[in-house]
Amino acid sequence: MLSRVADSLYWMSRYLERAEHCARVIDVHLNLMLEESSDSIDRRWLRVINALGLTSEPVTGDTYGFAQAHGFDQITGCIMQARENARQVREQISSEMWEQLNRVFLEVKRMNTHDVWDGQPLEFLSTVKESSHLFQGLTDSTMNHGEGWQFIQTGRYLERAHATSKLLDGHFREFRQLEELAMDSNVHMEWIGLLRSCTAFESYCKVYTADLKPERVAEFLLLNSEFPHSIRFAVDQIQQSLEAIHETTSSKKSGRVAKLAGRLRAELSFTPLDEIMINVHEFFETIRKQCMQIHSVVHQVYITYPVEAALEA
Amino acid sequence: MASLSVTERHLGPQPFRNYELGIAYDEMFSAPGVPREHYKLLYDLLLALPAEEMRRKKQAADLSFLHQGITFTVYGRDEGTERIFPHDLLPRIITSSEWETIERGLTQRITALNLFLKDIYNDGKSLADNIVPKEMVYTCKHFRRQMRGIAVPKDIYITVVGTDLIRTPDGKFVVLEDNLRVPSGVSYMLTSRQVMRRIFPELFRASGVRPIDHYAQVLLSTLRALAPEGRPEPHIVLLTPGVYNSAYFEHAYLARQMGIELVEGRDLVVHDNNVYMRTTAGLRRVDVIYRRVDDDFIDPIAFRQDSILGVAGLFNAYRAGNVTLANAIGTGVADDKALYAYVPKIIKYFLDEDPILDNVETFVLSDEVQRRHVLGQLDRMVVKAVGESGGYGMLIGPHSTLSEREEFRRRIEADPRNYIAQPTLSLSKAPCFFDGHVESRHIDLRPYILYGDKVTIVPGGLTRVALRKGSLVVNSSQGGGSKDTWVLH
Repeated sequence: MLSRVADSLYWMSRYLERAEHCARVIDVHLNLMLEESSDSIDRRWLRVINALGLTSEPVTGDTYGFAQAHGFDQITGCIMQARENARQVREQISSEMWEQLNRVFLEVKRMNTHDVWDGQPLEFLSTVKESSHLFQGLTDSTMNHGEGWQFIQTGRYLERAHATSKLLDGHFREFRQLEELAMDSNVHMEWIGLLRSCTAFESYCKVYTADLKPERVAEFLLLNSEFPHSIRFAVDQIQQSLEAIHETTSSKKSGRVAKLAGRLRAELSFTPLDEIMINVHEFFETIRKQCMQIHSVVHQVYITYPVEAALEA
Repeated sequence: MASLSVTERHLGPQPFRNYELGIAYDEMFSAPGVPREHYKLLYDLLLALPAEEMRRKKQAADLSFLHQGITFTVYGRDEGTERIFPHDLLPRIITSSEWETIERGLTQRITALNLFLKDIYNDGKSLADNIVPKEMVYTCKHFRRQMRGIAVPKDIYITVVGTDLIRTPDGKFVVLEDNLRVPSGVSYMLTSRQVMRRIFPELFRASGVRPIDHYAQVLLSTLRALAPEGRPEPHIVLLTPGVYNSAYFEHAYLARQMGIELVEGRDLVVHDNNVYMRTTAGLRRVDVIYRRVDDDFIDPIAFRQDSILGVAGLFNAYRAGNVTLANAIGTGVADDKALYAYVPKIIKYFLDEDPILDNVETFVLSDEVQRRHVLGQLDRMVVKAVGESGGYGMLIGPHSTLSEREEFRRRIEADPRNYIAQPTLSLSKAPCFFDGHVESRHIDLRPYILYGDKVTIVPGGLTRVALRKGSLVVNSSQGGGSKDTWVLH
């Protein structure tokens, strides 16, 4: 497969995953905000801004307004990027996939940030989420599960592992300290909100009942191997896809990529929870670092490799 | 070009109530109400089918084009707006004997032009013998001196050709121009056939239409035949300028039909005079490039330095014989509009045959006698700049104002090499379907010629139609559309 094509498929899927994640997190927090006193609103949106990486500058003043404007830009920007990448490789994806992506692109293109926030923001956000789900379903059911599909999987799950770790990190910084104090109803809502941000509330309840404990939430979102939005699940998928790509391309260097994913997977499989919880932030950070490392090695090995190195091999 | 003074309202049956016969050759009718033999089945069908049914067919066809994403890109507005290619419902029909002439004529013409290209880039005999003026070749902006003395595989320069034919009022096919660089449009020929087969299945079977679907296969084996020596399993790619190119749909379509990789300049690298493609499994050598990028842009080292579409070093790899480019570089010199006038002489010189297909009478304005003749009657002439295409830099005498003509007179006198003139022509007309009834519109024909081991022309081509009433402009960017072209058994 052409390196350029692999790159476009990877980013198409990664951007769409980012749009979906962003839409869901904002949606959850819009709901939580409804029953909230105004003094904590700023802190909430600051947390959202950080979790979604909406800016690298310090934000002061109206954080809610900032999150609205930049959140909207982030979502539409990601959808446009996803569509642009798809357009570059239109003949490689199925027409169903292209049409679906093009449809959501046309839909968000005609909106502007004021109309959305003054009108029906929840409708906009659910359009984005549903479109992304539909696109994933179409991808799985209408495209060859060959090398291109594996790059799509890699993009999606790397984005998911990275974003989820960032979201958990911010949340644990804010609320884990409160754990010793009794969980009041507000804090309780925040933990539900965290789970909802990962579409995890119902699944969590099936495993642990509705009894919310920070450690269990961490265990579920970090280590559960069956839940599609857990980090462990994402890393499993990344490793499988990279192994599959390694098999198709069969070069020595591509083995290195799969091993990196294998290492992260081993850490998630074999590190005991209580050890993780001793310094949970460091653990989240390690995950993000390794995700970024996998990303850059994937690019070095498959996409932007130097010509001389490739000729020697 | 149109001088349709003698129009006659055709008072035929209902669907034809607005059908006009003029001085132009009519593809369907030999006389008012009398269809030609090979159009009889279509004529009867149009009489038999209720207008409602025809509208339904039209809608089904439009929808099918839309769903297949058969689009072209319009430059200028909104950077790269995609549009559905306008398509007329009624086929253009060509008899087997008409086609036989076209086929022989084009084969002859392309063979001669290929020999001419080989000659000017090697021995230059035809120039020494004054068949074509030397200066005309050397001043042509598509002449590539870098190509001198370079051997190309099997001496084939023009692998893919699209030649535009028109029909004069006496029914004769004549050549309007050759496209020897990167002709496009063949995907519309192929996709429109797929749609039409579904829309008119009965008519198809009854008429006996020759198939064209093997085009991609023939193209592939043509390209394979031109691989550098010693590459039994050549790796072939299609080089596109990218998604913003107006013909990107076609590039992607052909690559898919042939099962070859669609690459952009940035996917290719040249190392040690070999061309490689960057894949996820490392570099892979490329043997044949069906390139849809113009000469100018193909290699920033050899040609235009500001090109970002090309591949640095590609020309050196080509010169070393390590990769085949189809078409070869520098073929544009033979489709120069001024050189066109010499093609009959070229055919005579290289093949010692008379041309089977005539040229349109053309005046070369660098010749003083011809120039004086043309300037004396500019209002009856079509003047074209030789370097332009797509209807730019053109004066249509009968439709021009005095000041436009004076402007052209000045330009011609300042740079006569840059202009040619032709008498105003009347393209033939064919029936087109417009919301419930049938009207006639001007058309041309572009068959596609493939030249590898031998010349192959799939029976058909792109019939372009000027959908605007009275218009003679068939370009898709200016309200032109296409028709399916049926060559009968």
